[in-house]
Amino acid sequence: MSDVYVVGVDMIKFGRFPDRTVENIGAEAALMALDDCGLTIHDMQALYCGNLFQSSAAVGQRILREIGQTGIPVVNVANACATGATAFREGWMAIKAGVYDLVLAVGVEQMGKGLLGGAGGGEGIPTEGLLGSGTMPATFAHVGLEHTRQYGTTFEQFAKVSVKNHHHSTMNAKAMYQKETPLEEVMGAEMISWPNTKLMCSVNVDGSAAAVLCSEKKARELGLMDRAVRVRASALASDPYSTRNFAMMDFNGATRLAAKTAYEMAGLGPEDVNLVELHDCFATAELVHYENLGLCGDGEAGRMIDTGETALGGRVPVNVSGGLLSKGHPLGATGIANIYEIATHLRGEAGARQVEGARIGLTHVVGAGSACAVHVLEKVN
Amino acid sequence: MSEADLAALKPVTPFVKIPQAGPPYLQGCKCSACSEVQVGERTVCPRCGARDAMQAIKLADTGKLYNFTVVYRNFPGIEVPFVSAIVDLDGGGTLKGNLVDIEPDPAKLAFDMPVKVVFRDAGRADKAGNRYLAYFFTPAEAA
Repeated sequence: MSDVYVVGVDMIKFGRFPDRTVENIGAEAALMALDDCGLTIHDMQALYCGNLFQSSAAVGQRILREIGQTGIPVVNVANACATGATAFREGWMAIKAGVYDLVLAVGVEQMGKGLLGGAGGGEGIPTEGLLGSGTMPATFAHVGLEHTRQYGTTFEQFAKVSVKNHHHSTMNAKAMYQKETPLEEVMGAEMISWPNTKLMCSVNVDGSAAAVLCSEKKARELGLMDRAVRVRASALASDPYSTRNFAMMDFNGATRLAAKTAYEMAGLGPEDVNLVELHDCFATAELVHYENLGLCGDGEAGRMIDTGETALGGRVPVNVSGGLLSKGHPLGATGIANIYEIATHLRGEAGARQVEGARIGLTHVVGAGSACAVHVLEKVN
Repeated sequence: MSEADLAALKPVTPFVKIPQAGPPYLQGCKCSACSEVQVGERTVCPRCGARDAMQAIKLADTGKLYNFTVVYRNFPGIEVPFVSAIVDLDGGGTLKGNLVDIEPDPAKLAFDMPVKVVFRDAGRADKAGNRYLAYFFTPAEAA
């Protein structure tokens, strides 16, 4: 089976665009990704579109109305916060299977502001705040406090994640915010759900990102290998059974499973990874994923953030884009936006936040339910 | 709460059972193949996949606080702060609920503190005016 390459990839600057349509936002990134490799919609053999909030409303087809209705097959994908990465992976699989040589993957979301999760069902009375909390800040507070329970991880250590990622975003013009947030400001911000303050919650923004995936044969034929990025692994997992699954969403099991599959497929280990974009939907989440992705041993995540190993210039920089915490988290776009970030570093085009000498990068997204996608990308030239 | 009062309430969730006689309880089930306990009723074991092996059991009304958070910000109309608690019931089954009768302050909460399950009026009615019986956790004296 031939390798699959990302030949074109881009994202729009994340923000709030209440006056635009979701397809218009998606179309912008799609055209940017096509321009990135000098191709057009006429070269694409299929479109994989990731969007969560309008998943029953043919968002992919609506994007084609904005960029060219060529009649190609469209697959609309919804898979929690792994939506964009799952769309990318569907495209990867189709090329891997030899069905197509060139496909477009787009992730897009129009979010609005405010709390996510905790929505009531149709029957009876709403149970939010009655049978505990199902909001995302509370859900990920439970995730963080499980780490505290096991290893004594502190509020301050979780808060340092936000300080780091907001600092990184000052070097990323495409992030929602470019603003330093000192530790006292992060810890002193409004407490949303202990220990996550407002500055430790990801930013709900609108956004889109897109990638053009290509077979090796076609990439060589088109002369696109110079800036191509090789997909070394693509893994997707759901949450394997865990005893407390009914009460606590399990993001750890799914991540560990996807990471193991990805490392095996890539034939490498976490020690070979030069940078990581992982799912920091809340500051508490980032630390547990250091361990879930094998970047350190179990119980060592607190030390990693304390010693700066995951900051730009550290042993394995994490979320140099600013992460979901500061770049923003448009659900369906996030999984492709982090592929854009890694590809930009592997191409040596990341400017002030460039991770020097990056050859291998890893992306991770994990969504409520649970759905986890991990991709390993490699510099070609 | 008297039996007459209880009879006027609907269960807030299907695994809250209000029997004709006797106190309300939490419904669980146990897999006879792998012994794992689940909250609620199932026909297939999510742990081992066994079919027709799930046996109905009453879950315990005592347990330990496995995890918690204090929720300070929520949707309009939801009273904050409150403690969202995850409790391991004695004998198996883990569920999430509000921990009440304690100050909602992280400094007052401790992992593994013993709790009791209590049943009270949910304090919320549906559009038809029906009232509901909910479960809550309260601090228990250590045995």
